[in-house]
Parts: sequence; structure tokens; C-alpha cells
Amino acid sequence: MPFACLVAVRFLREGRFQTVLIAGGIAIGVAVIVFITALIGGLQASTIERTLGTQPHIVVRPPKELARPLRDDGAAVTLPNVQPRAQRLRSIDQWQTLQAELAAHPGVAALSPLVSGPGLAVRGEANESIALLGIEPERYLRIVDVAAKLVAGRFRVSATEAVIGVELADDLGARVGDKIRIETAGGRSETFTVAGIFDLGSRDLNQRYVYIGLRSAQTLLDLVGGVSQIDLKVKEIFSAEAIARDIAAATSLTADSWMTTNAQLLTALRAQSISTGIIRFFVALSVAFGIASVLVVSVVQRARDIGILRAMGTPRRRVMAVFLIQGGLLGLIGSSLGVAAGAGLALLFMRVTGGRLFTLEMEPSLFLGATALATLTGLAAATAPALRAARLDPVTVIRG
Amino acid sequence: MAEPLLQLEAVRKRYGQGELATEVLHGIDLRLDHGEFAALIGPSGSGKSTLLNLIGLLDRPSAGRILIQGRDTAALDEAALTALRGRILGFVFQFHYLIDAFSAEENVMMPLMAARGRPTPDMRRTAAELLAAVGLAGLEKRPANKLSGGQQQRVAIARALAANPPLVLADEPTGNLDTASADEVFALLRRFNAERGTAFLVVTHDPRLAARCDRIIRLVDGRIVEDRRVNQGS
Ligand SMILES: Nc1ncnc2c1ncn2[C@@H]1O[C@H](COP(=O)(O)OP(=O)(O)OP(=O)(O)O)[C@@H](O)[C@H]1O
Ligand SMILES: [Mg+2]
Repeated sequence: MPFACLVAVRFLREGRFQTVLIAGGIAIGVAVIVFITALIGGLQASTIERTLGTQPHIVVRPPKELARPLRDDGAAVTLPNVQPRAQRLRSIDQWQTLQAELAAHPGVAALSPLVSGPGLAVRGEANESIALLGIEPERYLRIVDVAAKLVAGRFRVSATEAVIGVELADDLGARVGDKIRIETAGGRSETFTVAGIFDLGSRDLNQRYVYIGLRSAQTLLDLVGGVSQIDLKVKEIFSAEAIARDIAAATSLTADSWMTTNAQLLTALRAQSISTGIIRFFVALSVAFGIASVLVVSVVQRARDIGILRAMGTPRRRVMAVFLIQGGLLGLIGSSLGVAAGAGLALLFMRVTGGRLFTLEMEPSLFLGATALATLTGLAAATAPALRAARLDPVTVIRG
Repeated sequence: MAEPLLQLEAVRKRYGQGELATEVLHGIDLRLDHGEFAALIGPSGSGKSTLLNLIGLLDRPSAGRILIQGRDTAALDEAALTALRGRILGFVFQFHYLIDAFSAEENVMMPLMAARGRPTPDMRRTAAELLAAVGLAGLEKRPANKLSGGQQQRVAIARALAANPPLVLADEPTGNLDTASADEVFALLRRFNAERGTAFLVVTHDPRLAARCDRIIRLVDGRIVEDRRVNQGS
């Protein structure tokens, strides 16, 4: 062991009480950092997961039809009277080709073409307006796993079977096996058996979404052979916006990512991350001050020893190293305890909440990162005391 | 010996600045050769410790030159002085100045470790030999603060000799000990002087011990007023 390490370890061991106190202080700080990081990480992951559990990462649609100025007939020059145009349900041009191209994108994990449009669900006296979604179930489930969110029946959609939400089922008084009629504009209608009932965790979706087979939807919505949108799932969720832009630029279609759709949520999450970042920073700062103040006191207490070391031919840089190492060691010891305590706290939290809320995010990188950061903080905090120690004049000490 | 071990030329030491400055040493000329055993005596406040600190390269003179083995130390920077101190000089102080957090053995090894940066088995062997030589065999692992005053001072002597320096400076090494321990410690210094040829410059208030040195240098009010050889031929 190098001489400086030896001296540092001996000093820490001899000043046992101080060492234990400051290591405890560091441990508490690190535990807080580890715990809130795991907590907020888990909270955010579960929020995002919940959000993305019911929606595709990217939706590709035909371009919006532009509103054209209408002129007042025969009148003199007037300001163009612009009115947004009602959007007709249109198919994506050559969607099969597009689908193949999208599937080839390296960031895309899965995709599913679908037809969606407004309709009416009728059963007996009750009728409710709905959003009709014609899907290929196998592919759609890879985008949004509705099958995992069924509360009754099975996820089977076809020309005769539909899957509806719990609120709609309530409103219609329908149960699995019951028949409902679906009507669309133009007087088309079709009867389906309710095969399953889902709960997507959103009242709105549970009230409006009705899944049926792609072909039936194409017929009902007068879009035979076409699809009104393609839903995508990407491999890295935060790359969705970039991929959406790629697609929009390459195809002149509209591509909306979940990040645009949920901009408010993302802003909130970012604000949350910033505030936890601030908390972590100040906790780390107070830990650093703690280490520095203990070492400053220790330099004064160790003045005699430092003077002896210097008189015996110890170079200044080695005296400095002694105190830097002490700071680093305090950071290392304290943070090891703190990481354990923080992890314990997180486990306790999960046990108390029974894992019902969400799972805390505990990754080795968090533990290693916290330990490394605390050790570096210790080193940095020790710099000023170490410089003081190195500058100590041996004569004043030896004089006694 | 042609090259003196230590040479002081018109060395002055002032403390303080401007009006308040007081000169403590007023032009000291002194030469010490290899293997000498000299006592530095004088009344309290006469500047003995000040002089020893200058010679020990712990402090710099206000004027004059200090040459060690012919080399002017004024030209050396802090790091070079530290290195030279570790190699040429050993120290024994009135208070033992051992490091309590270290064992006896580690205290002895300190000058070696300080210079080399890490302990080696050689250093351990040297320390064991020296501790045995000062009569502390078997106490190598004992923490410094668990030794008696006389034992501590003997550890300090072993430490001063660890790097086998040509000159050991001792500032009242027996000042804190009872007569019997003082005699033993002094005898040790004399023995190392005889066996290894180490030169000693010993500050003492004890005329009995001074009389057992080969040379007596008397300092009064920052001037050397007497410098004589004793025990010639004994
Ligand atoms: N750092 C300092 N600043 C100002 N004056 C000092 C300083 N160190 C020593 N002195 C003065 O220098 C003079 C000599 O002090 P020194 O310690 O060298 O005496 P000494 O001969 O060793 O005395 P003693 O026998 O009591 O140990 C004293 O008057 C002391 O007050
Ligand atoms: Mg003195």
C-alpha cells in the first residue's frame, strides 16, 4: 500500500468517531439520492408505460386536406373567406408499398394498418356514438396489447365479432355473447357479437373504441381496399418523434408521434426530472460541505502529525494525497452504506405499497454511479483541506 | 575530512517585519564535520532551537549561507529541501513527536516510506534492527501512544537513524525524561555515533550530559560565545 494510503487509512481509523459520523452523513445523503432517483425513475417509467399502453408510438395518416379560399360569388374583391374543411375519410395511397417501406426502417419494431372512423353502436333502445377500429388483430396487438386488458371474454375480432370497452358495454347493457348493431354514415350497418370487453384505463377510450375486423370496417366505412392509418411501434420510445419526422419528410404523409400527442405529459415529466435533479445536486453539495468541514477540522487536529511527516522528509504532494485519499475513502465508504440503505428503503417502499403503485427503478448503473459520484465528491471536497495541509509549515508545529 | 558536513557562514535569523522585527541569531559561523558529537548549550531563549531549525532545513535564514556537504541550500526549492532533509538529516525532539496512529515499527520506517512512497520488506528489517538496537525488540507492532516516555524517545532515535543520515539533530532529547532514562538515551546516541560514525548536534540544558560530548558550543543571545573540544583523547 502506498505510504499516503497507509497514513490516510490510519488517520481515519484513529479518528473513529469523526469517521463514523461523517460516513453516516454521507450515507444518508447518498441514500436519499438513490431513493428519489429510483422513485422518480420508476414513477416516470410507469407513467410513460401506462400512457403508451393504450396508444401507438406513431400514427401515420394521409395528409390533411388544405382549406381553399372560397370567393363570394360575383362580389368585388373581398378578403378570402377561409374555412377549415371537414376531413373526409381517405385511404393512404399505396399503403401496401408504404407499409413495406416503414417495416424496413431500423427504428420500427412493429406496425399495423387500420381503418378507423365514426359510427353508432345500437342495441335495443340504446345507441352510442363510437370510434370504429378495423384491425388485423395479430398485428394490432403488437402495437397496443388490448388482449392483456380484457375484463371479460376473448380478444377476437372478425366480420362477426367485436371487442368493446367496459363503459360502452355498460351503456348498451351488453355482455359477452350479446349482439350489437353498428351503423355508419351512408346507411350501412352490420351486426356483431361481443367477443370481449376491455378496460384501457381511460373512460373515454372505454366508451368509444370498438374493434372489428379490418375488412368489415373497410366495408362499413366505405373504404374498401384502403386503410386510414398505419400505427407504429418503435424500438426506442424517445426516438419516436425523430422517426415520425423522417416519415413525414419522406412521404408527405402526416406522422404524429406520442411525444407530440402527449407534449404536456412530457413537459411535466421533464419539470419533475429537473426538480429532482436540483434536489440531488443540493444533497450532494451538502455532503461535499460535510466532508470538507470534517477534513478542515482534521487538518487542524493533525497539524502535529503533518509537521512530523514533513520534517521527516515527506513531500508536500504526498501530504496532499493523504487528505485527498481520506476524502475519497469517506465518499466511498459513506456511499457504499448509502447505496445499501437507499436500496433497502426502495425495497421497503415497494413492500409497503405492495408493488401496486409502480416498481422502483433500481439498476446497477444507479448504484455504481452514486458510489462513483460520492467518491469524486469526496475527492473534490478534500482539495481545499489537502492544500491547507500541504502548506502547513513544519517549524511552527515542531516548535510546540 | 576535506568537505565539511555542515557549514554556516554569517547566518542571521530575524523574526517579524519592519519595526517589530527582532533578530534572534546575529551572524553564526559554524562548521561541523562527519562523525562529530557536539553539544549546543545556552540559556533559554538564546536561539538554540532557532539555529537547529535552520540547520534542519525546516526554516530559512534571513541572511548568510548554510552549506550541507558543500552545497548551498539557499538555491534549493521546497521540494529539494524536503528531499535533502530526508536523506541527510535525522531529528530527535524534546517531545518524541511520534505519530500515534502508527506502530513503533511504522514510526521508525517513516523517513524511508516518506521518501520512497511505499513500505518495503527491507524497511521493515531496518526498523526491526534499529528497534532491537535501542532495546525495544518485540515492541515493533505496539502503537506509539502505548509506550512509556523513555521508550517513545528511543523509538524517535531509531527513527532519526532509519535513513542512516550523516547528521542527527537532537533538541533536548532527554529534557522530558528522568535521570536514569536520560542517561540511557544519551548512551544510545553515543553508541550510534561510535558504531556508525553518525554526527550529532545535541541541544541540552544538562551540564552533566554536555560534559560527555566531544565538543561544546555555547550560544548566548544569538551569538556563539564559546566553542571548545572536550574529552580529548578519552
Ligand atoms: N516564530 C517566532 N517569532 C518570533 N520570535 C520567535 C519565534 N521563534 C522564536 N522566537 C524568539 O527567538 C528567541 C530564541 O528562541 P529559541 O526557541 O530558539 O530559544 P532556545 O534557545 O531554544 O530556548 P529554550 O532553551 O527555552 O528552548 C526567543 O526570544 C523567542 O521568543
Ligand atoms: Mg529550544
